[in-house]
Amino acid sequence: MTQEEIIAARRAESWRDELRRSKKAKERMDLVRVKMNELDGEYRSHNNEEVNLGLTKEQAMLEAQRCLDCANPTCMTGCPVSINIPTFIKYIEKGDILAAARTLKETSALPAVCGRVCPQEKQCEKHCIYTQKMKKEAVAIGYLERFAADYERESGNISVPDIDTKNGIKVAVIGSGPAGLSFAGDMAKRGFDVTVFEALHEIGGVLKYGIPEFRLPNKIVDVEIDSLRKMGVAFITNCIVGKTISYDDLHADGFKGIFVASGAGLPNFMNIPGENLVGVMSSNEYLTRVNLMDAANPESDTPVLIGKKVAVIGGGNTAMDSVRTARRLGAERAMIVYRRSEEEMPARLEEVKHAKEEGVEFLTLHNPIEYLGNEQGRVKQMRLQKMELGEPDASGRRSPIPIEGAIDTIDVDEVIVSVGVSPNPLIPRAFGGLEVTRKGTIVVSEDSMRSALADVYAGGDIVRGGATVILAMGDGRKAAAAMAENLLKE
Amino acid sequence: MNKIVKKEHFSANVVKLVVEAPLIARARKAGHFVIVKVGEKGERIPLTIAGADVQKGTIDLVIQGVGASSKKICALNEGDYITDLVGPLGQAMHIEKVGTVVCAGGGVGVAPLLPIVEAFHKAGNRVIVVLAARTKDLVILEEQMKANSDEVIVMTDDGSYGNKGLVTNGVESVINREKVDLCVTIGPAIMMKFVAALTKKYNVPTLASLNTIMVDGTGMCGACRITVGGQTKFVCVDGPEFDAHQVDFDEMLMRLGAYKELEK
Ligand SMILES: Cc1cc2nc3c(=O)[nH]c(=O)nc-3n(C[C@H](O)[C@H](O)[C@H](O)COP(=O)(O)OP(=O)(O)OC[C@H]3O[C@@H](n4cnc5c(N)ncnc54)[C@H](O)[C@@H]3O)c2cc1C
Ligand SMILES: Cc1cc2nc3c(=O)[nH]c(=O)nc-3n(C[C@H](O)[C@H](O)[C@H](O)COP(=O)(O)OP(=O)(O)OC[C@H]3O[C@@H](n4cnc5c(N)ncnc54)[C@H](O)[C@@H]3O)c2cc1C
Ligand code: SF4
Ligand code: FES
Repeated sequence: MTQEEIIAARRAESWRDELRRSKKAKERMDLVRVKMNELDGEYRSHNNEEVNLGLTKEQAMLEAQRCLDCANPTCMTGCPVSINIPTFIKYIEKGDILAAARTLKETSALPAVCGRVCPQEKQCEKHCIYTQKMKKEAVAIGYLERFAADYERESGNISVPDIDTKNGIKVAVIGSGPAGLSFAGDMAKRGFDVTVFEALHEIGGVLKYGIPEFRLPNKIVDVEIDSLRKMGVAFITNCIVGKTISYDDLHADGFKGIFVASGAGLPNFMNIPGENLVGVMSSNEYLTRVNLMDAANPESDTPVLIGKKVAVIGGGNTAMDSVRTARRLGAERAMIVYRRSEEEMPARLEEVKHAKEEGVEFLTLHNPIEYLGNEQGRVKQMRLQKMELGEPDASGRRSPIPIEGAIDTIDVDEVIVSVGVSPNPLIPRAFGGLEVTRKGTIVVSEDSMRSALADVYAGGDIVRGGATVILAMGDGRKAAAAMAENLLKE
Repeated sequence: MNKIVKKEHFSANVVKLVVEAPLIARARKAGHFVIVKVGEKGERIPLTIAGADVQKGTIDLVIQGVGASSKKICALNEGDYITDLVGPLGQAMHIEKVGTVVCAGGGVGVAPLLPIVEAFHKAGNRVIVVLAARTKDLVILEEQMKANSDEVIVMTDDGSYGNKGLVTNGVESVINREKVDLCVTIGPAIMMKFVAALTKKYNVPTLASLNTIMVDGTGMCGACRITVGGQTKFVCVDGPEFDAHQVDFDEMLMRLGAYKELEK
């Protein structure tokens, strides 16, 4: 069956048909979009508690009624892994939440994570008929996804997937971020003997060291890792492939296939004067200290500089996470400095909204050109070039141009540089024979994720540069399908 | 978890630990380091791999207790475990036969200097070690250095042991006495700065192994960044060894002070 036929067949099931008819489209359309329950902005800007509290079952079932169960569900075209959105939402409307969760898991390995961190307003919700045709607020697909996944987890009824008979074929995964985890899960399901190698002392990649607790609690990620363990996946931390063990070692150990999911963990700097002053650091350093090393906890041996006047340079999710972390660590003034306007910000809409509620200032159309330090070399001021928007560039975003002579000087005692990341060069350097782009990403064939080396597949940020959790996860699943087919054929 | 199979005291605050780490023992080369973390809430700190036994699957670490984390490691005993240990990291040192090598170390640099002294000596070089300390009690690893070099010159600030003077006085006396082909220096940034200035005057090629602050040790954070010849470098992946005449030591000094207040 084609994708369209599957969608149609599931929509035609009798319970769905009845449910659809139980309420008029007009009534559904008159309902207003549910509001996420969240902690108060002032309260939460002093602690690490998760900001979004999730929906209640009543709220979720009501929101699910808004979904029109379209014959041609455009929302699905916006989802990078084509979750069967109307099916899971209709299960929620019906009250069968566990069935909704199972539907999500057919295509998404980490629904509780994606429901929290996906940029829905640019994906499914952007393509929902409410947004497209009716100029109304989309069905809250992300909230509903999170609700179903959380409900399943909290009910203690997590479905551990059926595992095919063990086939005894060993496969290795390099990196334990979303790409690596989803690949590992799919291969374990297919009966492979999976080992994940992780350079850090924790499993989870960016989900652990990058995205903060107040947005994605560690326990959510740990549940997923535990269920992989139950499926027989082995995790080896503190092991850097290319340093601790080589490509040849993996072969000698009997690994028949290798999936590279080593991410884009290298911080970019702007190379402007004063960037190496004390108190100027990458968002990776800042977030790693706080999230991975728990530096803000007095029990932790790792220190982190605490700023009272903190500027974060950039407009992406990483910048929002850093600036909101700074607020939580006691910054009286926490600022986003971004060279374009708010409209062009790549961060999720919700993060921008939350940051504002927490008292973060936004200095858009400003670009740092220099940092100035005190006698001890600690940053004390930054010089900002004011910008205006010019013509749209190749990416369609209007490019910022400096306004001559318009320079502001602002007092700061900490600056977090969050202007993007580059692919991790370790594997491209260590595996001779890979094809690598000028930017340092690994070249793979689009449908199989296979690289120039026949037994090496790659996915996630190491292939895409900095991208998203859902794309990384989708890559992992695609690579698993292709590698499994190849290895089982042999 | 890596087991400590042997512990030796070199002095009151310097210990040698032999640690089980078979994969690292197999992969490491001179100049590589590891990142070590002790306890769940421990800090990740870099330590040079001082030696390895591939057969036994162990590596040697020589640690000087200078602050909370290094003291915590020094306090571990035989049979204890190091919670996390990852490596080998950094670029291997280029060890070759160049002739006469002066190795100048002081303070936190003396422990990581030992394997370098050993490697240059093994490669057939004439190796002269200049060890510097404020006072007699702080002179460490003298015996181990002697066993692996042709000569050890000890310098103390107060003249309580060896010769009175700074590390630079010791290096200069050797340069004035014989032809020196290479100088290697590890120690406090201020010391390396002055060694570099001296050897530059005499045109002696000089390598400095930089002990910057690190977090991950794999190029992910930039905490270890310094400026070499006008360019930003990450010590953990591009180093730790650099041409000392190109390093901006003033900037490094400033950056090392970043957590001084917090670590007190
Ligand atoms: C602060 C922050 C916030 C973000 N917010 C969002 C968001 O809200 N929504 C969203 O969709 N995306 C977000 N992203 C992007 C998203 O997290 C990434 O696109 C995604 O994590 C990429 O997954 P990955 O599996 O490719 O790599 P990573 O998650 O980067 O994992 C790679 C792992 O590989 C390990 N590794 C690297 N080299 C080796 C080696 N040689 N041997 C062994 N292990 C190795 C690394 O230590 C790391 O753990 C955010 C990113 C950051 C940094
Ligand atoms: C690549 C590399 C290899 C190293 N190899 C070894 C080794 O083999 N054996 C060993 O004993 N040490 C080694 N070091 C240094 C060691 O990592 C530090 O001594 C340790 O991180 C200090 O942590 P701490 O918490 O004990 O001290 P802290 O509390 O952080 O510091 C205590 C005092 O020491 C000073 N200090 C701390 N770190 C440094 C530094 N890097 N340079 C100069 N002064 C510093 C501080 O300013 C402070 O006054 C190495 C460092 C690097 C970067
Ligand atoms: S487009 Fe919107 S209303 Fe239609 S099925 Fe998808 S979520 Fe429901
Ligand atoms: S220690 Fe993090 S980049 Fe070098």
